[in-house]
Amino acid sequence: MDWITRPWPWWIAGPLLGLMVPLLLWLGNRPLGISGNLRHLCAALPGSKPDFLRYEWRTQIWNLLFAAGLVLGGWIGGHWLADPDPFVVAATTRADLAAIGVTRFDAMVPVEIFSWDMLGTARGLVILIGGGFLVGFGARYAGGCTSGHGVAGLADLQIGSLVAVVGFFIGGLIATFLLLPRIW
Amino acid sequence: MRYVLAGAAFGILLTKSEAISWFRMQEMFRFQSFHMYGLLFSAAGAGALGLRFVKGRKNPRGETMTLAPKKIGTGIRYLAGGIIFGLGWGLSGVCPGPVFTLIGRGVGVAAVFLLSALAGTWAYAVLRPRLPH
Repeated sequence: MDWITRPWPWWIAGPLLGLMVPLLLWLGNRPLGISGNLRHLCAALPGSKPDFLRYEWRTQIWNLLFAAGLVLGGWIGGHWLADPDPFVVAATTRADLAAIGVTRFDAMVPVEIFSWDMLGTARGLVILIGGGFLVGFGARYAGGCTSGHGVAGLADLQIGSLVAVVGFFIGGLIATFLLLPRIW
Repeated sequence: MRYVLAGAAFGILLTKSEAISWFRMQEMFRFQSFHMYGLLFSAAGAGALGLRFVKGRKNPRGETMTLAPKKIGTGIRYLAGGIIFGLGWGLSGVCPGPVFTLIGRGVGVAAVFLLSALAGTWAYAVLRPRLPH
C-alpha cells in the first residue's frame, strides 16, 4: 500500500488530472478552470465594483465548491497520504538553486518562501505579495490559468490557450533566470 | 457536493504529483526534470481523448456536453496576460489551483498569496477598459 504515500508518477497523475475536463462536462457541463474563482470572490464582495465584477456570481457557485474541494484535497493529501520520505529535488536544480542562495531542500514547500517570517523580508514580499498579484492579474487578463488554459484549453485544441501557455513559460523563464537571482 | 468531491480529487492529484511544489516548478523552468512536462502534456492528451468521446453527447442531466471556444480577437490578451501570469508563477511556483490546495495542507501563509491574487484580479477589473484584448 505504500504507493499511496509515495509521490505519483506523471503518467498516472497527469492523465487523471486531464480526465477532470470530461468529468466536469459529465457532472454538469462545466468547463474546468480555477482562476475564475478569484473573480467570483471579488464579485461576491459588497460595495461598488468595476463593471467586470458586477455579474451574478452565484451562478458560478459550482466553481467555488470545486475550490473548496481543492482545500479539502490539500488537507487529505497532506494528512492521510503524506510521503514520509525526504523530498527529492533534481541534483542539477539543487546546485543551481544553491548558487543563488537557497539552502533548504527538505520539504515540498520551501520554508524559505512559505513561512510567516518571510513576509517581513523583501524576498517574501516580492514572491508572496508580488507573485500573487501578478498571478491574479495575469490569469484574468489571459482569461485562464494553468488549469483553464494549460489543461482544458490545450485538451480542446484552443489556439488562444496555446498562446497563453507559451506566455506562461516566457514569464516563468524571466522570473526564474532574471528575477529570482536578484531577490534571493 | 459533487463539485466538492471533484475538487478534492483534483487537490489530491496536485499534491501526489507534487505540482504544488515550488521545487518542481524550478526543475521545470530550468529544464532539469521531465516530470512537470509529462504531467501537463499527459493531462492535456488525456483530456483531449476524453473530450473526443464526450463532446456532442448528452450527460446524465440531459445537457449536451461542450466547451465554449475562446474568442481570439487580436490574441494579445493571451500573450500579455500569459506572460504576466508566468512572472508570478515563476517567482512563487504557485498557480490558482495549488494555492487552495496549499491552504488545505496547512500552509497558512498561502492565504496571503490568495489575497494578493484577489487584489490583482481587482486591478485587472479596473484597468480592463484600457487594456488591449
